[in-house]
Amino acid sequence: MDSLLNSNRPPVFCPGCSHEQVLHALDQALLRMGFSGKDIVMVSDIGCSGLFDTFFNTHAFHGLHGRALTYATGIKMARPDLKVVVTMGDGGLGIGGAHVLSSCRRNIDLTLLVLNNFNYGMTGGQCSSTTPQDAQVGSGFLNKLEKPIDICQVAGAAGAAYVDRISTYDKGLVDGLEAALSFDGFSLLDIWGICPGRYTRRNKITPKNIETDLAKLPGLADYKISNARPEYGRAYRQEAAKLVPAGEPVRIEKSCTAPQSGRMEVVVLGSAGQRIITAGELLCLAGAAAGCHAAQKSDYPITVMRGHSVTDIIISDTEIEYTGIQNPSVVIALAPEGVNRRKKMLAHLAPEALVIKASGIELPSCQASIIEIDCKAEKIKSQDWALVALAVLAQQNKVLTMDMLKAALQLRFKAGQYETAIAMLEKAVVSLGNT
Amino acid sequence: MGLTLMEGNEAIGWGAMAAGCNFFAGYPITPATTIYNTMLELLPPKGGVCLQGEDEIASIGFCLGASMSGMKAMTATSGPGISLYSEQISFAIGSEIPLVIVDVQRLGPSTGSATKGADGDIQFLQWSNSGGLPVIVLAPVDVKDCYTLTMQAFNLAEQYRCPVFVAANKEVSMTRETIDLDALDLPQTIDRRTAAADRPFLPFGVHEDQLVPDFLPIGGERLVRQTSSTHGTDGYITTDPEQIGAIQQRLDDKLRRNIASFTYYDEYQVPGAETLVITYGVTARAAMTAVKKVQHTNAKASLLVLKTLWPVPEQLILEKAASYRRVVVAEMNLGQYVRELQRVLTDKKIDFIGQMNGELIKPGQIQEVIQHG
Ligand code: SF4
Repeated sequence: MDSLLNSNRPPVFCPGCSHEQVLHALDQALLRMGFSGKDIVMVSDIGCSGLFDTFFNTHAFHGLHGRALTYATGIKMARPDLKVVVTMGDGGLGIGGAHVLSSCRRNIDLTLLVLNNFNYGMTGGQCSSTTPQDAQVGSGFLNKLEKPIDICQVAGAAGAAYVDRISTYDKGLVDGLEAALSFDGFSLLDIWGICPGRYTRRNKITPKNIETDLAKLPGLADYKISNARPEYGRAYRQEAAKLVPAGEPVRIEKSCTAPQSGRMEVVVLGSAGQRIITAGELLCLAGAAAGCHAAQKSDYPITVMRGHSVTDIIISDTEIEYTGIQNPSVVIALAPEGVNRRKKMLAHLAPEALVIKASGIELPSCQASIIEIDCKAEKIKSQDWALVALAVLAQQNKVLTMDMLKAALQLRFKAGQYETAIAMLEKAVVSLGNT
Repeated sequence: MGLTLMEGNEAIGWGAMAAGCNFFAGYPITPATTIYNTMLELLPPKGGVCLQGEDEIASIGFCLGASMSGMKAMTATSGPGISLYSEQISFAIGSEIPLVIVDVQRLGPSTGSATKGADGDIQFLQWSNSGGLPVIVLAPVDVKDCYTLTMQAFNLAEQYRCPVFVAANKEVSMTRETIDLDALDLPQTIDRRTAAADRPFLPFGVHEDQLVPDFLPIGGERLVRQTSSTHGTDGYITTDPEQIGAIQQRLDDKLRRNIASFTYYDEYQVPGAETLVITYGVTARAAMTAVKKVQHTNAKASLLVLKTLWPVPEQLILEKAASYRRVVVAEMNLGQYVRELQRVLTDKKIDFIGQMNGELIKPGQIQEVIQHG
C-alpha cells in the first residue's frame, strides 16, 4: 500500500493551502509506522482542518467544533489498541480549550495535530486564539486587543509530556509527525502554516517568516522530563484491576414485627454532625427488617458540619405512595437549626403525635405529647442523640421495637461498631429513664 | 426475597449495569451526582470505564466516542448540564449514536435550586436539539422504575440507535426507598444489531423494511465513518435533497412508527368515574393517593400514569381517555405536558394543576381539583 488517502475523495483545499501538505506528510508518517486504515481513527471537528477525516481511508469520527478530543478520549478508552489521531485548527483550539488542557493533564495516548494558520479560514478569516495582534483579519480591530496564545507553553504547563511546534514547510515534517504519533501518551504538535484563501490576502506571511518566528519561541524539551508519567488508559486499567467488585445489594429478610400497622411518618430535626441522616436510614432499615416499606428524604445545606439537618421517614405496611410528610406520628427534635425549618409543621401536630425532644429545645406550642431527653446531663455525645432518641422511641413501642432497632444496627454497622452502639444505647436508655 | 434500601439514583446505576452498560462519563451536579458515584463503584472493578469529564460537554463527548466504538454508554446530569449537552444531543440524534442520558431534574430556571425537585425540563428534553427531531423520554415514578426504565432506556437506545432520556426528578432520585429487587419484572437485554459480514455495509444505509441502520464499531475490520454533518448513507457530506430528505424522514419514522412498542404506563381504573387524572413522574404518587381517597365518593376519578412521555403516546392517551368526560393533569411545572394532552384530547374538558416552588404537589391539591375542578 502506498497511501492511506482516499482515492475517491481527493483533497479540496484552496490552492496552496498548508493543510494539504500536512495531509500528505501525515499519510507518509502513518505508512512508515506500518499502520493500515483499520488501525487508525481520524477524529476531527469543524473548520478546514475538519476535512481531514474525509480524505483518509481510515475509521473516521467528525464531530462538533472544538470537541474532537472528547470523542477521541472515549474511543481510546474503549479501544486502547487503536491509533487515534485528532486534527484541530486554531479555531477548535480556542473554543475547545478546556478539553485541550484536560487532555494534557490526563496524558491519554492521543496525538493532537493543531493546524495553526492564525485565523478562521472557513468562516471568512476572523481572528482566532493564535492571531497576531498586528494582523489584518476579518474581525476588524478586535484582534489588536487580545494576545495570541502559544499553545505549546500552555500545554506544557498543563502537563503534556510531548509538545512540539513545527512549520508545515519544514523538511522534517514527516519525522516530526512520526515522533508525535509514536509517543506513548498525549502528544501535541503545533503545525504552523499558511492559509492563502483568507489570511495571506492581507498579511505578509511566508515559510521563511514562519521559520524565523518559530525560532524565537522558548524551547519545550524540558516538558518531556518534567511531565513524564504513565499513559492514562494503562494507568486507569491498572488502578481498576486493584478494585474489588461491589457485592450485590443487601436483601433484608423479615426478622421482626412492627408494633403497629398503617403509615407512620417520622421527622428528625437536628443539625449537621448529629448523624440525623444515619438515624433516618436506621429507621428505614428497621422498617424493612419488619417487612415494611420505607422511604427517606433528607434536607441539608451544601456545607458540611454546619447548619440544619432534617430527615423525613415513612414506614408503612402498605405501598408508600406520596413521599411527603402530611401528618407525622413522631417528631424527634434535637437542634434549633432543624426545628426552625419545620415550625409550621410542629404547630399543627395532631394530639396523637409524639415529640421526643432534647432538653432546652424550644418548640412552638402544640397538642402532641412530649418526651424530653436530657442527653447533655447524661454526657451523651451530640452525634449519638438521634440514635438514642430512636432507642427511646423503641421503648415506647412506637413505629419501631427494640428488636427492629437492633436488626437495623446490625445491617448498618460493622461488627465492632455494632456492639459499641448497643452498649451505648443500653446505658443511655437506663440513665435517661432514671432522670 | 427481601427488601433492599436504595436511592433512585443508585437504582439507575444498578439498572444500567443489568442492561449491560460498560461506559459512564459525567460531571458532578446535584441531584445527579450519586449516579456518577454509583457507576464509579460498579464499573471499573468489572472492567468497565467510568470517567469524570472536565465539563458536561466533554462527558457526553466521551460517551459518543465510546458508544461508536461499541460500548453501551450512559451519562447523567441535571437541567444546567442538559443545556450544555444540547449540541452533542443533536449530534447523537442526527448521527444515530446510542446513548442513555439521565436528567435528574431540579428546580430551574438556570442554576435554580440544586436540592429542590421539579419536572421543568419535560419540553426542553424533546426540543433541546437543533433540527427538532423526535427523542425518547421515559419518566420514572419510584425506585423500581428507576431500575427498570433505565434498562428499557438502554434497550431502546440500542434498538433505535438514538439518545434516550430518563427524565428523573430529585424527588425520585434522591429518595431512599425499599425495593424488592428479586420481584422486578425485568426486560430482556437488547443489543444493537450489527451488520452481517456477508452483506454490504454503509454506516447509515438501511436494508429494505428497516428503519435503523446496522451498526459496526469504529476500529473493526470494516471502516466506519461517523459525522455530525448532514450525510448520505455512506457517512460523507451530501447536498442531495433527496438523500437528505429520506434520511431525515427515516429519523422521524424510526421512533414515531414504533411508539406502540415502547409506550410504558400504569393505570388505576375506578368503575363509574367520569374524570381521568393523567400525570407522570413523582406526582403520580400523590395522584394515586388522591384517587384512592375519593374512589367511594361521587367525584371519583381514574388514573393514567405515563412513563413514556416522548414521542407522545397519542394512541394510548386517546384510548384511555375515551370514556371520560374530564381530564385532570398534574405536573411539577407551570404547564408543559398538559399542552400535549390539550393537543391530543381536543374534545375533553382539561383541568390543570401545576406547581413550581420546589415542593411536591400534595394529594390534597389533586383531590381538590378532582372534586371541585
Ligand atoms: S480557507 Fe484557508 S485553511 Fe481553508 S482551505 Fe482555504 S487556504 Fe486552507
